[in-house]
Amino acid sequence: MGRGELAGRKAGTRSMNPLFVIAGYLLLLVLLGIAASRYFSGTSQDYFVASRSIGPFFLAMSVFGTTMTSFALVGSTGEAYERGIGVYGLMASWSGLVHSAVFFFVGVRLWAIGRRHNFYTQIQYFRARFDSDWLGYLLFPILVGLVIPYLLIGLLGAGAVIAGLTAGMFPETFPSTGGAVPTWMTGMVICGIVLSYIFFGGFRGAIWANTFQTMVFMLTGVAAFYAISGKLGGIQAAMSAVAEQAPQLLVREGQYRHLQFLTYFLIPISVGMFPHVFQHWLTARTAKTFRLSIVGQPLFIMIVWVPSILIGVWAAGIGLEVAPNAVLGSMVGLIESPFLSGLLTAGILAAIMSSLDSQFVCLGTMFTQDIVLHRFRGMRISDRRKTWIGRGFIAIVVAVTYLLSLAEPRAVFGLGVWCFAGFAGLFPLVVGSLYWRRTTKTGAFVCVLVTAGTWLGFFAASGFGREEVLVGGLAPVAVIFAASAVSLVLGSLATRPPSPEKLAQFFPRNV
Amino acid sequence: MLLHHDFWYWNDSRLVFGFLPVGMAYHVFYSMAAALLWLSALLFAWPEELEEWAAASSPGEKQGPAP
Repeated sequence: MGRGELAGRKAGTRSMNPLFVIAGYLLLLVLLGIAASRYFSGTSQDYFVASRSIGPFFLAMSVFGTTMTSFALVGSTGEAYERGIGVYGLMASWSGLVHSAVFFFVGVRLWAIGRRHNFYTQIQYFRARFDSDWLGYLLFPILVGLVIPYLLIGLLGAGAVIAGLTAGMFPETFPSTGGAVPTWMTGMVICGIVLSYIFFGGFRGAIWANTFQTMVFMLTGVAAFYAISGKLGGIQAAMSAVAEQAPQLLVREGQYRHLQFLTYFLIPISVGMFPHVFQHWLTARTAKTFRLSIVGQPLFIMIVWVPSILIGVWAAGIGLEVAPNAVLGSMVGLIESPFLSGLLTAGILAAIMSSLDSQFVCLGTMFTQDIVLHRFRGMRISDRRKTWIGRGFIAIVVAVTYLLSLAEPRAVFGLGVWCFAGFAGLFPLVVGSLYWRRTTKTGAFVCVLVTAGTWLGFFAASGFGREEVLVGGLAPVAVIFAASAVSLVLGSLATRPPSPEKLAQFFPRNV
Repeated sequence: MLLHHDFWYWNDSRLVFGFLPVGMAYHVFYSMAAALLWLSALLFAWPEELEEWAAASSPGEKQGPAP
């Protein structure tokens, strides 16, 4: 098995059966959204935070599914294909430790405050904590602007996977892509499916779909690992091929710098500022609901990342020559059983869509709650109209994201890291607001502005995600984070502290 | 956090169990250890009072949208 077989696969006509399996899976998701809509009580609280009724299993699965996007599958495989096994320590083991820490120290506390004050969004919290309408108006475009690249990596990943799977399948219909389904078509279908099930089911629909899709991609990931290794002559044979053909991928020397490896722990702290994860936290029935997420997250990450990374280095071992984003799709395409390869690709799409849905609903919620309802808070707006405002904004965001995905593609891994760096830069704001009573409105404003400025500067310097940028060996996130933290502290110390009455609303006495 | 930086395996390509590069195997065990660490945090440092505080909201503090 190797280059010859891959070339032959691309040139010949291939079975369309994998696409039928994927179509069946997508139909199942729409039905799930319709089923979730039967439980929809009609209130905006139910549409936006599922009436705060979600239990431990659904919370753990949906939060994990939301944090694992095409970055975890398509991105990690592509990065391992280029730079080897070091990507596991760089992202996965750091994420396991840091995500759980953020859930424990930030998530549970924000859940308690959100429940006490009946918040739906992050911005409602920051506005109330710092007594500032304008902080919300400043944060809204920044958060939306950072979520959009996150959405983009989902669509780019989905397009690349389907293109890899269908290479050579439609040589007459799509000659310009070598017979593969073009990425614009995959993006359109994925957007349409996600939009349909969240339209019907709201956040409850997203959680149900997330949970189902998380189980699907965890199981199919392991199945893909065994099926692909079988095709390569077994796990040990696949690794021997890597040791012979690409031994540099089995070590980190020459692939990553020590300081870069160390400072990457700042990337996963971004989870503490993801607006869609905040919204997931608010759906929890009780604080104890978080426990399964806290313990399970490192293990869930391990289950997904280990196979993805090994498949990436195996691809280099067999001399696969494709773009990093297409590695996983191409490797799944090696499996001869059309049913199995269709199922495994559906699993990859599941991981991608399980993030897109929460992000779309979250943006709709933020627009409805933080802009429209906040701006017209004197007016009586029915629950029905609130949910329709949310749906309308979601449709606009989906359309904008889809159009952006048609522009020049970027590597999923690199774009993901930039997106996470922006959210990680805002992390001092949420920690300061929760644990440092002295944090003030001015400190919050300065922190947000400095973060946005430094992030934009580095992103522009990287050619808008085209190249990797290091600052004296450090990942840019380290500089953004430090600038953010220092500006928060200095801005807060230079201004008058919040009143004791205000602090009493947000700081439990003995916790 | 210090244990994450395994510089001693940085340039070591030996395979553990015949298929897992040692630099990756170390971090797989690190993931398992992280799960155990957080399990012990749940057992010994869970903020019980936070749940009571969340439930005991006073009407004057309600600032979010009405359900």
